[in-house]
Order: sequence, then structure tokens, then C-alpha cells
Amino acid sequence: MPMPAPDTLPLAQLRGVHKRYGAVVALDGVDLQLQRGQLLALLGANGAGKSTAVALLLGLQVADAGSAQLCGQDPRALGARRQAGVMLQSAGLPDTLRVGELLDQARGYYRRPRSVADCVALAGLEGLMARRYGGLSGGQQRRVQFAMAICGRPQVLFLDEPSTGLDIEARQGLWRAIQELVADGCAVLLTTHYLEEAEALADRVAVLQHGTLIAEGSVAQLRARFEQRTIRCRSALAAAQVASWPQVRRVDGRDGVLEIVAEPAEPVVAQLLAADPGLDELEVRRAGLADAFLAITRAEAA
Amino acid sequence: MNAPDPRRIAPVAAPARGAAAAALPHDLSALPLREHMALLLREIRYELLRWLRTPSFALPTLLFPPMFYLLFGIVLNHGNPAAAVYLMASYGVFGVMAPALFGFGVGLALDRERGLLTLKRALPVPPGAMLLARTVLAMLFALAIGVLLQLLGSTLGGVRLALPQRALLLLVDVLGTLPFCAIGLYIGARVGGSGAPAVVNLIYLPMAFLSGLWIPLQMLPSLLTALAPLWPSYHLGQLALRVVGQDNGGSSAGHVAALLAVTVAFFALAHRRLRRG
Repeated sequence: MPMPAPDTLPLAQLRGVHKRYGAVVALDGVDLQLQRGQLLALLGANGAGKSTAVALLLGLQVADAGSAQLCGQDPRALGARRQAGVMLQSAGLPDTLRVGELLDQARGYYRRPRSVADCVALAGLEGLMARRYGGLSGGQQRRVQFAMAICGRPQVLFLDEPSTGLDIEARQGLWRAIQELVADGCAVLLTTHYLEEAEALADRVAVLQHGTLIAEGSVAQLRARFEQRTIRCRSALAAAQVASWPQVRRVDGRDGVLEIVAEPAEPVVAQLLAADPGLDELEVRRAGLADAFLAITRAEAA
Repeated sequence: MNAPDPRRIAPVAAPARGAAAAALPHDLSALPLREHMALLLREIRYELLRWLRTPSFALPTLLFPPMFYLLFGIVLNHGNPAAAVYLMASYGVFGVMAPALFGFGVGLALDRERGLLTLKRALPVPPGAMLLARTVLAMLFALAIGVLLQLLGSTLGGVRLALPQRALLLLVDVLGTLPFCAIGLYIGARVGGSGAPAVVNLIYLPMAFLSGLWIPLQMLPSLLTALAPLWPSYHLGQLALRVVGQDNGGSSAGHVAALLAVTVAFFALAHRRLRRG
């Protein structure tokens, strides 16, 4: 089998994947690629198919049609998963084992594991090694799981909502560790509910909805594609009147306050000022990724 | 989380361009045998530690059979040597059942429900490593219970057995865990974590009683005696009793065949169930 050039070889990929559970379609023709040194954030509402995509890439599920590959192999092959690290949403690790024991066990699954000291430093496990897992706080348990995910020097790292349950400081520590891994060439697939997490970490963002990839690109591209600004002002103008102007996408009027979604926003502001000299409290706001995400999912649902 | 000192962090596998592909064929190969054995030993060790540190599992499992034996086989036995020998063998079989049925049935149901089974499947854990570790755990528990019973029997119960008999009895106990591991595996694959203890108790205690592990079958109603060959614990009980010369006289090969059939059947059922996810 001819191998593609190593630089372009995706470390994880889904090609035309379909997966259904009974009557429920989880993935409906999804293509996804993950390259070296790249962090891809997979976004979507609950039930959008994120977890199924991860499960297929880890060989936990088998696609009904299409293919899933991990490091150029079937994800069910042990050799493929030996090059991957994984942190799932729930780990259910034995409460009675100590952190050091869990880490020792996980390191033993890999051929050239990271040193214990490095795992402790990267995951922030200082002082926890002798503690039993069941006695840790939720955030500490998440850090143990993260340490287990990175202990095998993975080329691909799957993080399924990794910062759930972490406080702000721990989350920033986790982000630094992830950035460091990515800088070293690790490919990371991150699913998250925290959009600021995707915004801070992701090179690329993919949005799943109802099992279909509805948007994919860099954070900036995604924001540009769905860019819109919101104009807020107090005005005597009627919402219906403003809604008929070009560039205006949506208007909400309540108690004399207008909220206008428009792109570009400048001509609308000019027209507003011209039409209502008494207008005040003018405010123009740019959408963050969160708003772009909402706009995407709303637009697709409509 | 503290900011890690970047100098302490070893580079992630092969940062050099193109090295990823070069590393592939190397990593494709199976682990060397010695590393593989070390992995399995670690798996067994941590499985053992995990359950030994769980008093609700370890204490009743390890202590109930010797306690029952002490009570019914020695204290309330009024010096009947045949009964002391019979019960030593039969409580050994009773002791085989609990770690296998609870370890697999309840343990697996909980692990499945809480996501550990999924995590282990996602990690590069060789298939069967967990199964092996838990089977060895059940065997070690059965062995410990067998040794405890023999100690009680020979010191307090006046049981006199030749060394080969003692060894054979322990071997029956250790290998006898397999059919119950398979049954436990099937229960763990089917039932949820909250339901599993009830299901295990429901089959564990009546099956022990109906197989003549607590009181000899001859003392039970004839209908129950006739039904006894339906229970795998009856066949294992007969093998253990044969070692001490108190079985019903059936063929050992028949009992072994029945136990093998149970093992294979439940293992296959459980395997099919678990593969469906």
C-alpha cells in the first residue's frame, strides 16, 4: 500500500462515515481530518454526534459506512491506539487505587511512556500520587485522567470535554499543557462545551449538528463566515420599519430599545442616525465564537 | 495546576518532520513477550489491590466460608469426622462461587456502567487482559479460602487428609472458578450495576444450597436431589467430594464435561453481548 507523504498523512480521519443506532442517525456522512501539531475543536450540541465521532476514531464503534483511521490503521488495532491518548467524559477508575498506581498501570500500556515526573508536571499532580483516586475532588480526578491520556507520548490525543469540573486555575494549567503538547507536534481532537476553550486553543473548529458537519475552518474563518454585529439603541423607530432596510438581518424591539443584527453594520448605523436624530445609547457589538456558533446552529436549524 | 518547566518535558514522540511515519512500523509490532507479561502481571496486581482494598467485597468473600465452616462444620458438628471432611470440601466450593460471581457479575456491571470498560477498550490494553486479571483474582481468592478451610479442618476439625488429597482439593477449587467466572461475566454483561448484586445473590445462595454444599443432598427432599445435576455448583461439589471420598459415585469425566459446557456457553453468550457494546 503506497503511503502518502508523512507531512500530509492525517493522524486521524473519518471518511464519509455513517453511523446509526437503531432508528437514530448519529453521523450522516462525516469527513474529518486531524493533522500533526494541530488542535481541532469539535463543537456541537448534545446528541450532535461528537461522542460518536470520537468513539469511531478510537475503535469503540464501527461505522456502518465509510471508514475511520487512526495513525493510518484501523482504530481497533492495538498498534494504532498505542500511539493515541484518550480522556473520555467518564472514566470510572477504581476508587481504591492510588494515583501513582493508576499512572503506573496506564504507562505500562505504552512502549515508550513519558517519565512519571513529566506526567506529574504536565498534569499538575504534585502531592497527589499517594492519594486514593476515590478521595480526590472532581477536578483532581480529571487531572489524573489527563495524566493517563498523555503518559504514552501520544501522537494523537482525544480529549472529550476535558475541563469539565476544573476550576479556572486548573483549566488554565490544562490549556498550557495542551498548548505545549500541540507545539511539540501532537495532534489533538477536543470536544468541548466551553467555546472560549475552543477559541483559546483550536487551530480549526468543526461544528456538528444532527450528525452532519455544518461548518469547518479556523476560528477566524468561522467567525468571518458568520460574522454579524449587533446594534443596540434607544429609538422611536418601529422595529418593522428597520427590518425592511438592506443589511439588516433581524430586529427585536422592546420598550423603545432596538436590537438589530446587521452586517455590515456601518450603513445601518448611519441610516439609524439619519432617520431618528433623537436616538441615544447607541452600542455596536461584535460576535464572539459563541455568537457565531449560535448563529450557525440557528441558521442550520431554520 | 502549576506551569510545567518546559525543560523537564521530554518531546512528544518524534517532533522531527517525517519521523511520525518512520515510527509507525516499529510501533505496529506487538509488545515483546517480556513486556507483555509484565503488563499482564501489573494488571493482575492492581486488580488484586483494588478488590483487597474494598472491604465490602474482600471481607464477606474471604471470611464467610471459613466462618460457616467453623460454625456448622466444627462447633455445631459434635465431633462427626465425616461431616467435618464433607463440609470442608463443600464450603471450599461455596468459597469458589462468591469471588467469581461477585467479581465478574457485580464488578463488571459497575465497570461497564461507570465507563471503565469503555476506557480500557479505548486504551491500548490487550484484549482479554482485564478478563485474565479478574479470573486470576477469583482463583487466588478461591485458593486462599481453600487453604483457610484446610487449616481450620486440620487444627480444629480433626480432618486428616494426605498431602496429594489436599493439593487436589485446592486444584479443584482453583480451576472450579472458571464456570462461575463465565456465569458472572454474562451477568455483568447483561445487568446494570445496581441490579447485579441482587441477581448474583439470587442465584448464588439457592444454587449453593440446592447443590448440597451446606447440607448433604441425601438429607434434602428427593425432588431437589433429582434436580441437583442442573446446577454447575453440584458438579464442582461432587468433584471436590470425590477427592475426600464422599461423592455420590457419578463419573468425574461427566462432571468435568458439564462444567466445561457451562464455561463455554456462558463465555460465548457474554462475549456476544459485550461485543454488541
